[in-house]
Amino acid sequence: MPYDKPHAVSPGLWALAWRRLRADGVAMVSLAIVAAFLLLMVLSGTGLIAKDWSREVGVNYAPPSFVGADAETPGNAAAPTASSASSAESDAPTELPVEDPLAEALAAIRGETRGETQKSETGVPSADSASVDPLADVMADIRAKGSKAEAVEARAATLPFGGDKWGRDVLKKVIKGSETSIFVGLAAAVVATFLGTLFGAIAGYYGRWLDDIFNWFYSVFTAIPYLLLILAVAAVLQQKGMFTIILILGLTGWTGCFRLIRGEYLKHKGREYVQAADAIGASNARRMFVHIFPNISHVVLVQLSILVVAFIKSEVILSFLGFGVPVDVVSWGSMLNEAQNELILGKWWQLAAAGTAMALLVTAFSLFTDALRDALDPKLK
Amino acid sequence: METLLTVRNLRVNFRLDKHTAFEAVKGISFDIPTNSTVALVGESGSGKSVTSLSILGLLPKENATVLLGSEIMYGGRNLLELDQPELRRLRGADISMIFQEPMTSLNPVFTVGFQLTEVLRLHLGLSPSDARKRALALLAEVGIPDPEFKINAYPSQMSGGQQQRVMIAMAIACEPKLLIADEPTTALDVTIQKQILDLISDLQKRHQMSVLFITHDLAVVGEIADYVVVMRSGEIREQGPAKSVFENPQDAYTKALLLCRPRLDRRPVRLPVIEDFMTGDGHAMHLNERKRGIDAADSIILDVRHLGKDFYSREGIFGRRKFEAVKDVSFKLPKGKTLGLVGESGSGKTTVGLTLMRLHEASTGEALFEGKDILSMSARQFMDYKRRIQIIFQNPYASLNPRMIIGQTLTEPMSIHGIGASAQERTDLAFEMLHKVGLPEVSFYKYPHEFSGGQRQRIAIARCLTLKPDILICDESVSALDVSVQAQVLNLLSDLQDEYHLSYIFISHDLAVVKYISDEIMVMNQGAIVEIANSDDIYRHPKQPYTKKLLSSIPKGWHHGN
Repeated sequence: MPYDKPHAVSPGLWALAWRRLRADGVAMVSLAIVAAFLLLMVLSGTGLIAKDWSREVGVNYAPPSFVGADAETPGNAAAPTASSASSAESDAPTELPVEDPLAEALAAIRGETRGETQKSETGVPSADSASVDPLADVMADIRAKGSKAEAVEARAATLPFGGDKWGRDVLKKVIKGSETSIFVGLAAAVVATFLGTLFGAIAGYYGRWLDDIFNWFYSVFTAIPYLLLILAVAAVLQQKGMFTIILILGLTGWTGCFRLIRGEYLKHKGREYVQAADAIGASNARRMFVHIFPNISHVVLVQLSILVVAFIKSEVILSFLGFGVPVDVVSWGSMLNEAQNELILGKWWQLAAAGTAMALLVTAFSLFTDALRDALDPKLK
Repeated sequence: METLLTVRNLRVNFRLDKHTAFEAVKGISFDIPTNSTVALVGESGSGKSVTSLSILGLLPKENATVLLGSEIMYGGRNLLELDQPELRRLRGADISMIFQEPMTSLNPVFTVGFQLTEVLRLHLGLSPSDARKRALALLAEVGIPDPEFKINAYPSQMSGGQQQRVMIAMAIACEPKLLIADEPTTALDVTIQKQILDLISDLQKRHQMSVLFITHDLAVVGEIADYVVVMRSGEIREQGPAKSVFENPQDAYTKALLLCRPRLDRRPVRLPVIEDFMTGDGHAMHLNERKRGIDAADSIILDVRHLGKDFYSREGIFGRRKFEAVKDVSFKLPKGKTLGLVGESGSGKTTVGLTLMRLHEASTGEALFEGKDILSMSARQFMDYKRRIQIIFQNPYASLNPRMIIGQTLTEPMSIHGIGASAQERTDLAFEMLHKVGLPEVSFYKYPHEFSGGQRQRIAIARCLTLKPDILICDESVSALDVSVQAQVLNLLSDLQDEYHLSYIFISHDLAVVKYISDEIMVMNQGAIVEIANSDDIYRHPKQPYTKKLLSSIPKGWHHGN
């Protein structure tokens, strides 16, 4: 490059914008928070932290350490109590606990058949007829495998920010969940902004019938209720997963960005510097992306960050509604989904943890976006 | 003579960011006597508008501060110490203002009648019917034809001149004692400018009010001012009665301003520029006359025949209305000469330029460039010719890509057209061009926002020169520049023409500038050619009535007017 004389090159508009941004205290605090979350996401994604989030390290619904151990829940109870047994059957557990949750019930049944009068507390329907444990083989297998782990795994009565239904550390879950949520938000925002920018650039720059086509497409697209559209795309894609959510959000979220970028291109294509580029013989593509794009890139950037915020929230909503990530993946949305049942039982910490993390990130990101817009547009000062 | 308003030691600071402030007005003092016109003259950045805004208390609160010790005395009170309600009572009633852009000063969604009666009802408390009567009288007074009909018109249905008249009607509605006019004619055509100037001086006499007239144009000042205050970079360079300032200027800067503007009766080889005066050797000026004009022996480089350009606007659902922006325009451009294209806004002069560049598609006609019609050839064929016809736009702030350093801006056209064998060679060429237009080498690494308007226009010229064009179309290329900078750019254009034997098509509404730079002049009106002749002939002996009218509207300044 002929321009590689760093000492002589003046600060460009980006450098000036960065200077303005740095002078803004709120922006810098927000940026630090967002950066911390991104770091968390990267660390968790590479498996450096929160890798063992799914290990059940605490008792069921272990309360946060700062609250103290729950008196009703026995801490290191050698034998699981009735309440834990009933909780085990309320939902189909995805991962079997190493202890046999039915042990007590089976013992009761066995006792009954031996002629001793013992009342069954559990409502296992097949209790009367089954005298042999049908799961005995499986349990033996599991016990054999897990015997070492079981010896180590003394379950904590409390966890730093409490535990969930299976005694998993909520704090680690939040970290792991942030990985999913932020990644989905970022990736979907990139997809949506890319589509919106591309369509907007083409429609705005070429105008005429191309513009008409895109505008019709846009109008029809936005006429469909948003949630219905999301469900329709979900139905077409037919599978659950992070990739699917990214596609759903990306394919439905480009409309706002399209409208804005189209307007920017309409405005800029008539500007004199673009005419001047035409006069020196620059091609259409060159004018569109080398000349105009850098001049509207701040709009794209702000759009991108607005969409990241929106999509993090959308992921939560989708997961809450059950269209989100599959059960073996944790996200803030799936945590909130679990939390709705827990809240009735008075176990508020999972909701609090996921909710706080999300609110913190979204607020910081929004404030940062706001400051970014101000910094990039000096006229707005 | 009685004094209406006194400005004493006015100092205004503008905050640029947290730590830096910029002193826009540096302690100025002047008086506005009753029943007279004071002109505040200066180039951009001189602080003249800031001064007028501080009189009305209209400075932006966020970043402007009037420093302690400043005084603007009116009727025994310091306007700078009044609170907002008191100021609001003064504004419009005692002191009122008209702005540069009538198109943006009127609210487009209300009729002019509504906006005019609003002023009357607010300040004078007139009843709706009285206000309407008064509004009609005012419209008639400012010379709006058929006020009964126009009172119900929206601003967009009026011409620029009529809109400015409405603004003036609103400003004088409450019989103010002081009218502040901030560049009221700059956005208007020269014929309209004359009418508005006449109207303002007429109203001033009839209503016995004072006018503070803010402008950059000394010629306009010569027409209407009693007193002149010349400002530069926040300081007053000279003030006094118009007669003494014009006939016997004391300050070097005032002298420079008076002389660097091209005049109709003279054409020096180089126009004097401010530096000539400020450095002291004001006498070593290049006052030899430059000879301009064409003769039959000139070889023709561009032959335009029957050029036409139609625009269509939608009307109804399927209908469209044809608008002929350019009608049957034919001319020949000789090599190494300048064709001046003059006309008022809407005359189609810019469209001619853009059509020749193929930035607009021509509807009819042909343009023979060395015998080949450049309008009908394919885009690929035109690519070779595109290099040879270049254009410099009006607004130097808009015509450079703000995200590119000057080096990129200058080398881009060369790499598109394959000029220069390597990037290094192109860089060297770019440096050469910067040198040619008189900019330092370090400019190569800077961004457009670091340059002033005149410097940017030089960069735009350098960009065109990198392609070694034969024809340069200058579309109002000096109109947005200050008088002193205008002279520099005009000198540069003349020098380049001498050196490279360039042909110019010089489009402008400014007749004095066109007269200075052109060999031949083409006058256009409503898309058609009115008259085309040698530039000296057309100024001395205009044949068509329209040309005569245009020429008589040019502000003559002090030397001829008074």
